[in-house]
Amino acid sequence: MLDIAKWLATTEWSIALHESLYLYPWIESSHVLFICFFFGTLLFVDLRLTGKVFTNLSISEMNKGILPLTIIGFCLMTLTGLLLFYAIPVRNYQNIFFRIKILLIIIAGLNALFFHRRMSKEAKKWDKDSSIPKSMKVSAIASLFTWSLVIISGRLIAYNWFDCDRQPQSEWINFLTSCVVDYQLYEGIDGI
Amino acid sequence: MESNQIIELFYFFEDSFIGEYIRGSTWLFPVIESFHLIGLAVLGGSVVIGDFRLMGFILKKEKIGYVIKQTRVWFKFGFFILVSTGIPLFLSEAVKCFYSRAFWIKMICLVIGIAFTFLVRNPLVLKGYDGKLIPLLGFSSFFIWTVVAASGRWIGFS
Repeated sequence: MLDIAKWLATTEWSIALHESLYLYPWIESSHVLFICFFFGTLLFVDLRLTGKVFTNLSISEMNKGILPLTIIGFCLMTLTGLLLFYAIPVRNYQNIFFRIKILLIIIAGLNALFFHRRMSKEAKKWDKDSSIPKSMKVSAIASLFTWSLVIISGRLIAYNWFDCDRQPQSEWINFLTSCVVDYQLYEGIDGI
Repeated sequence: MESNQIIELFYFFEDSFIGEYIRGSTWLFPVIESFHLIGLAVLGGSVVIGDFRLMGFILKKEKIGYVIKQTRVWFKFGFFILVSTGIPLFLSEAVKCFYSRAFWIKMICLVIGIAFTFLVRNPLVLKGYDGKLIPLLGFSSFFIWTVVAASGRWIGFS
């Protein structure tokens, strides 16, 4: 994987993105706006499931009305996110917060998958009335919680204080981030 | 107030205990900023849903007053998170903010956004106004808050 990241970093477009004065900030700002679009609309979809908002609407009406926006937000957020990764591939790949974020996205994705599978099977039973199964409510709250953590870890990527270039770090941090470190250089220094 | 008095005030903010405490920590600023971003997403969600309804893109069958009523609590909640995290972020780098054009654009648009939302958009909609200007109302609100969010992000680049 590190080799792929290193190869990506040598490609012309990656260098151009990385060195651009305005393009990178524009992509990052768009990424933030699309996060608002995605998470903000998802918030209302999930809150509807917990029965906190839009109770005049059935779950399927709510999903039909709002989920397209959430999906558009997700696609644009992913696209800009991939470009941000592509601009600085090696540093991102070895960034512990990036790794945590990817793990959390997988968890959030699995939760969404579980949710929609069950939703498409059973929604007719509880679509109109307020007796939404408890497990679905838990899944909605778990979705908000996990995506919040994704946002937090995503923001921390930019401030990585466990960067491979900031040695000495503890051995297990270097292991988790795949940092290649010549430990002899840091012998006798605290923290290793 | 003259500009040198304002900069003195900004130095005073930056030298405050909270400002210094945040600057002295490696992780505090990033963590507060992360929560600021969550607040922005909460506020953003209620703006998107409210304004897209006003522009006629979504939930067309629902009355606009109902949609605004459902979203305004979350608007206020998002705003509360934004202010309570935004103030410490500002205190930690007040002088940088003073010299940042993005900061002043954000603050001016923020005042306009708040005034527009609470003095124009919400009262009109909640009083039952349903005229031709409704889509324009939605577009204006969406535009102002997008500028607030984007210029806010741009403070970090300046």
